[in-house]
Amino acid sequence: MSQTLTDLDRPLLEIKNLQVGFQTQRGLVPAVNGIDITLMPGQTLAIVGESGSGKSTTAHAIINLLPGSGRITGGEVLFDGQDLAKLTEHQMQDVRGRNIGFVPQDPMSNLNPVWSIGFQVEEAIRANGIASGKDVKKHAIQVLKEAGLADADTRMRQFPHQFSGGMRQRVLIGMGLSSRPRLLIADEPTSALDVTVQRVILDHLETLTRDIGTAVLFITHDLGLAAERAEQLVVMYKGKVVESGPSREILENPQHPYTQRLVAAAPSLASRRIQASGAALGHLQHQETDAGAHVDLIEAAENRAEKQAAPHRHESAIVVDSLTKVFKIRGEKGEGKHFKAVDDVSFSVERGTTMALVGESGSGKSTVAKLLLRLEEATSGRIDIDGANIAPLAGRDLLGLRRKMQPVFQDPYGSLDPLRNIGNTIAEPLLVHKVGDRASRRARVDELLEQVALPSALATRYPNELSGGQRQRVAIARALALKPEIVILDEAVSALDVLVQAQILTLLAELQSELGLTYVFITHDLAVVRVIADQVCVMQKGRIVEAASVDEVFDNPREQYTRDLLDAIPGANLRLGA
Amino acid sequence: MTGYIFRRILQAIPVFLGTTFLIYFMVFAMPGDPLLALFGDRTPNPAVLAQLRAQYHLDQPFIVQYLIYMGGLLRGDFGISFSGEPVTEILARTFPVTIRLAIMALIFETILGIAVGLISGLRKGKLFDASSLVVSLILISLPIFVIAFVAQYVFGVWLGVARTTVSSTAPIPELIMPALVLASVAFAQIVRLTRASVIETTTLDFVRTAYSKGLRTRRVVPVHILRNSLIPVVTYLGTDFGVLLVGATITEGIFNVPGVGNALYQAIIRGEGPTVVSFVTVMVLIYLVVNLLVDLLYGLLDPRIRYVK
Repeated sequence: MSQTLTDLDRPLLEIKNLQVGFQTQRGLVPAVNGIDITLMPGQTLAIVGESGSGKSTTAHAIINLLPGSGRITGGEVLFDGQDLAKLTEHQMQDVRGRNIGFVPQDPMSNLNPVWSIGFQVEEAIRANGIASGKDVKKHAIQVLKEAGLADADTRMRQFPHQFSGGMRQRVLIGMGLSSRPRLLIADEPTSALDVTVQRVILDHLETLTRDIGTAVLFITHDLGLAAERAEQLVVMYKGKVVESGPSREILENPQHPYTQRLVAAAPSLASRRIQASGAALGHLQHQETDAGAHVDLIEAAENRAEKQAAPHRHESAIVVDSLTKVFKIRGEKGEGKHFKAVDDVSFSVERGTTMALVGESGSGKSTVAKLLLRLEEATSGRIDIDGANIAPLAGRDLLGLRRKMQPVFQDPYGSLDPLRNIGNTIAEPLLVHKVGDRASRRARVDELLEQVALPSALATRYPNELSGGQRQRVAIARALALKPEIVILDEAVSALDVLVQAQILTLLAELQSELGLTYVFITHDLAVVRVIADQVCVMQKGRIVEAASVDEVFDNPREQYTRDLLDAIPGANLRLGA
Repeated sequence: MTGYIFRRILQAIPVFLGTTFLIYFMVFAMPGDPLLALFGDRTPNPAVLAQLRAQYHLDQPFIVQYLIYMGGLLRGDFGISFSGEPVTEILARTFPVTIRLAIMALIFETILGIAVGLISGLRKGKLFDASSLVVSLILISLPIFVIAFVAQYVFGVWLGVARTTVSSTAPIPELIMPALVLASVAFAQIVRLTRASVIETTTLDFVRTAYSKGLRTRRVVPVHILRNSLIPVVTYLGTDFGVLLVGATITEGIFNVPGVGNALYQAIIRGEGPTVVSFVTVMVLIYLVVNLLVDLLYGLLDPRIRYVK
C-alpha cells in the first residue's frame, strides 16, 4: 500500500546490496561488496571508515561519478523510488545538482582555476534551471551569502586562487545547495581545513540543510565528527558495512570489533597522555589495522597518569629565546612587504619530554620547526640546543647538529624517494654522515626496522608497495638512524587514518621512553596533543598565546583562542559511558 | 600589463643584436669569395672586382661590415642584393607570400589538431583514438618532402583537384595544398599534445565537481576540459610558427611558391651577407612578437598567470 505512505515515511535514499568494482589488468577488483543504507528525508547519516574502506566510492556511485574504470556491478540505488543505477548518463545529469547536491573533499582542487567564482556558481544555477537572465547573478550572490561568504557580490569576480581554503569550501557548499536539492552528499567536506574553520563551516552546513530540509549523507574518517554531526552512523570496513544505527548507541556500545577499535583509538575521545611502558602497548604490530592490532589510547593514557608523578631530570634540551622570523613577500603591485611569520617566540623543552606546538595553518608553527632545524635562518632571537647557540654553526658543526636533531614530516607519500628502496632510504643518513661500513649499516637498518615494528624483509621493497602507516614508520626509522636526541615531528600523524595514527603515536611514545628522546610535536590537531605531549604552546599569528602543561591547557584554558580550539575538536562534547 | 609588454620589448633588444651578429658572422665565415663565384668560370676584370668589393664593403674587416650594415638597418636601409635589387623590395615581394602560407598552415593544424586530439582524448582506447595515433605517428616519421611529393602526385596529377605548382601571385586557393603539407607534422604533434592534456584534465577533481553540479557533457567538455588543456598546445603553436616560416623552404621549393624560402636559399648559396641577415632579422622580429603574443595568451587562458605579473 505504497499509496498511503506519505513522503516522509518513505526513504529518500535506499541503497540495496550495492556492489562497485574497478576494472584492472588483473580483472574486476571489488571496492564495495553489497552494502545496504537507508536514509530518510531530512535526516543526516554519516558513513565512517578509514581510507580504502569504500566510503567515498559509495558516495560517487550514488551520483554515478565513479573515477576511471569504476562501475556499479550489482544492486540498486533507489532515490525517491527511482533506481539511479539504471539511468542513462543523460538522465543522470538531470538528477545531479538539481536533486542531489555534492560537496567534494578538497577545496583546493575542486574549483576550476581558470574561471571566476561567480562564473562557476552561475553555471550551476543556469544548468539546473533555477533562474535565468539577470536573476542568475542575483541568485548566485544569494547562494554565496547563504554559504557564509561576506561581500559575495564583489568577490564573485575573483578567481579560486585568490580564496582561502575555508572560503573555497563555502563556495562549494553554496554550489552544492544552490538548487535546494533533497539530498546533499558531503564527501569529507572539511578534512582539508583547520579545526576552527571546520566547526564554523559544519555548523553553517547544518543550519542551512535544516532550513531547506535537505537530507545529508556525510562521508568522514573521523568518528567524533560523525557522531557529533549525524543522527545515524554507518561504519564501513573493506567495502562492507560492519555496523549501523543511531550514532550515540554505536559510540557508547560498539558491537563489531572494528568499531570497538575505532572508538578506542579516536584521539578526540581519549583523555590522557600515552605512557609507553604499559604492558598494553608491548605488542606493536606491523599489519596496520588488521587482526589483533588492538591499541587502546584510553587504557594507555590511564597507565600514563600513574607514572606522571615520577620525577624528571630537569635539564633543557632546547631553549628558544625571543625568536623572530620575517619574510619578504610580494605585495599587491610587486613592492616588497614584510610578514612576521614568527614573532618573539620563547619556550624551552626538557630532555626526554614532548613539547607540542599547536596552531592553525598560517600560525607559524612549521616555520618554528624549520628554524629549529636550521633549514631557515632566524631574523633575530636565539636557539640553544644542549646549551649551545645554533646560529653560528657551519660546515662540520652544522652536520653535527643535524645528527643530534632529525625531522619527520607530514606527508608519508612525498617524503620518501620512490626510486629508492626502504633499506637504502633508512641507511641514507648513515651514508651522508659516513657512519660505519656497508655491513654495519645493514645491521643498523634491520635494528631500526625492528624498532619501528616493521619486518626486515621490507628493506628491499619500494615506497609504492607500502601503506601510509608503514611509510610513516619508515620515515621515523630514518629519523632515528643517527641516534638523535631530538626529533622534530611536523604534523607527523595528520595524514593517517585514526587506527594507524594511534599505532604511530604509541610507537612514538614507546621509542621516547626507550631511547630518552625529546620531541617537538607540531600539529593543528589538539586531540592528538592530549595523548602525546607533556607541554603545550598554542600559537596564533606567529605568537605563543598560551604555554602550559597538557592537563592545564585542557582543563583550564586561559585564552579564548585556546578555548575555541578545544571546542572545535570534533566529538569533544560527547561523553561516553565506556 | 603595458609595463609588462614594455619590459618584454626591452628584453628583445639583446636577443635581436645577438642573433643578427651571429648570422652575419656565419655568412662572413663561409668559404669562398662570393663575388668570384658570381662570375662563374670567367675571369673577372680586377678593376670591376675592386669596384664591386668597395660597393658592398667587402674590402673592409668583418666588424666594420657589420657596423655599416647595422647602421643602415637602423635607418631602414636593408642594403642592395648582388643582383642590384634593394633587399627591401625582395622582402616586400616574398614575405607576404610566406606569411600567408604559414598562417594558413597554422589555422589548419590548430583547428584540425585540437579537434582530433580532443576527440581522441575523450575516447581514449577506442577505434578513433587508435587510428589517429597511428596516422599521427606516420606523419611525424615521414620527411616533409615525401609528404609533399605524394600529395603533389595524388591530388595534383592523379586526381587533378589541385595545381601541382603555385603561380607567381600565389593566390589563396592554390596555397591550400602546400599549407596542408606544411601543417602535417605540427598537426600530428598537436593531436598528441591535446590528447595527453585532455586525458589528464578529465581526471581532475573540478571536472567531477562540474558534473556533480548537474552540467551537461556538451558544456563540461569545452568549458572545463578543453580550456584547461590548451596551455601546452599554445606553447607549441608559438614555437611552431617560427618553424613554419623556416620550414617553408622545402615546401616552397617543391610547390614552387615564390616566398621567403626560395629567396633565402638563393641568397645563402651566393653568400650575400646583407640579404641573408635581413631575412633572418625579419624572422627574428616575427618570432619575438609571436612569443610575446603567446605569453599574453597564457594570461587569457589562465588567470593565475595573469595575476602574478
